[in-house]
Amino acid sequence: MNNTVLRAENVRMTFDGRDAVKDLSFELGSAERVALLGHNGAGKTTFFKMSLGFLTPTDGRIEVLGAEPGSDKARASTAFLPESVAFQRTLTGVEVLKYYARLKGEDAKKAIGLLERVGLAEAGRRRVGTYSKGMRQRLGLAQALIGTPKLVLLDEPTSGLDPISRQNFYDLVTEISGNGATVLLSSHALTEMEARTDRILIMSKGKLVANDTLDHLRTAARLPIRLKVKSKEEPAEQLANRLGGTPVNCRSVEIMCAHEDKIARIAAVTSLGAMIEDIDVHLPTLDDVYKHFSEKADLEDSAGEA
Amino acid sequence: MFQRILTVAHQEFRIGLRNRWILLSVVILSAFSMALALLGSAPAGTLDVSRMTITVASLSSLSVYLVPLIALLLAFDAVAGEIERGTLLLIFSSPMTRSEFLIGKAVGHICVLMLALTLGYGSTALMLAATGGGDTSGFIDFARLIATSAILGFAFLSLGYIVSALVRQVTTAAAMAIGIWLVLIVLYDLALLGALVADSEGFFASSVFPFALLANPADAFRLFNLSALDANAMVGGMAGVAESLPFPPVVALASIFVFAGVAMSGAILLLKRVSP
Repeated sequence: MNNTVLRAENVRMTFDGRDAVKDLSFELGSAERVALLGHNGAGKTTFFKMSLGFLTPTDGRIEVLGAEPGSDKARASTAFLPESVAFQRTLTGVEVLKYYARLKGEDAKKAIGLLERVGLAEAGRRRVGTYSKGMRQRLGLAQALIGTPKLVLLDEPTSGLDPISRQNFYDLVTEISGNGATVLLSSHALTEMEARTDRILIMSKGKLVANDTLDHLRTAARLPIRLKVKSKEEPAEQLANRLGGTPVNCRSVEIMCAHEDKIARIAAVTSLGAMIEDIDVHLPTLDDVYKHFSEKADLEDSAGEA
Repeated sequence: MFQRILTVAHQEFRIGLRNRWILLSVVILSAFSMALALLGSAPAGTLDVSRMTITVASLSSLSVYLVPLIALLLAFDAVAGEIERGTLLLIFSSPMTRSEFLIGKAVGHICVLMLALTLGYGSTALMLAATGGGDTSGFIDFARLIATSAILGFAFLSLGYIVSALVRQVTTAAAMAIGIWLVLIVLYDLALLGALVADSEGFFASSVFPFALLANPADAFRLFNLSALDANAMVGGMAGVAESLPFPPVVALASIFVFAGVAMSGAILLLKRVSP
């Protein structure tokens, strides 16, 4: 039994002699929620276009449900939301949605129900020109949900959305995968993902540099924890001598430590008792984790070229 | 397949209504045709020709200018605009083929043109009929004018699609569309006229000129309509040529169809190469 929905095998795509995507291999199973991360120009959109059959890989192959991308079978079960889509401003949300439902050969009346699911039931009769950015994005998502797609590709769906809209958006993504569809969405920031995806793929300069769950990535990155200790009166140098670490201004010291040393270091700080006025613990943020992986790839890259 | 073509056509028509393209075209067509009808009705009394027929003669010259312009303006956005808005990615990720898409656009745009022509020219026909200038043959002349104008429009819509599929920017497509109008409608005739003056009795006038008229759908349109009007004596100019043509006028009509068909196929082939 093969439940691979999307498979990329050693995919390479070259534009004018420059590799936009290289050595890309991964698989997506059914009902997975996967995030594809990378800077602008990392090759995310190129990958989407290859998965839809708009571009043919220079090397390697992509399979959508075992079929060629762009084939009738693949297109019938794939839904897509492009990075920036501007629907006809003079048409209403209902008219736009019915149009795409008919193009996909689905029941146009049933598609109208999707407007309610994305919170546009009221706005559906208004023209798209009057919509806010978040509403337009939700209309795009409603369009991607028409029928019962098995693979939903969303290219930077949350860019430019406010935090509340983003939350709602991920609620919908969870709902879609709950109905059995695989969701692959791209983004350029890991912080946007929150804990809403099962797996994270990180692309850098066309290469896949990470493919794991968020927790595993965090552990694998082995990023240090930063403790910032502020003394009451002692000058920072004296504090630094006793605790290790580097003084950052006249009364504060910054200590970097590995995850497993954290408790011991904090114990050392608290043992100084009255000398300490305050302590801050900074865990590595998601952005740090993301930066770690994309920079690691950069370093390997330049080492390889040298 | 037909379902998808009709869906695209219907949406184009709706957009035409919504963004007031149709309204604008109707206003322009009816304003010009009313003006021509009122000005052109003066000689009708002395020449004993139906006022409707003589108006249709003037209107075919009007169509040569306006219909290609309206068609090109409707068409230039068809592909480049959808690329720029990102909607072409959506459309072609659905099970729709490239030819279905463009044929759908063409059907929708032709309906837009037909409606504009029927309302624009029709209002003039009704005005003439109401003021006592109407007769059956006059109405037939009007119907022929509207139908052939739509065919002329189709030819220029196809040219517009070619331009739209060639470039990715809407503004470039718009500029090229206006360029095509200028060349085919204005400069082409000027060039022919110049050549004719330079060589009025020679090989060009007898063997090249008639076919040069056929090659341009706008000239072919004028040729067919003026020779179809049984009023050669009074409309003069081009119609005089019609009598000395080496082919029957219906060939001119066929050549517009051929032109449109070839251009449309070319546009579809180009669209198949477009990466949305």
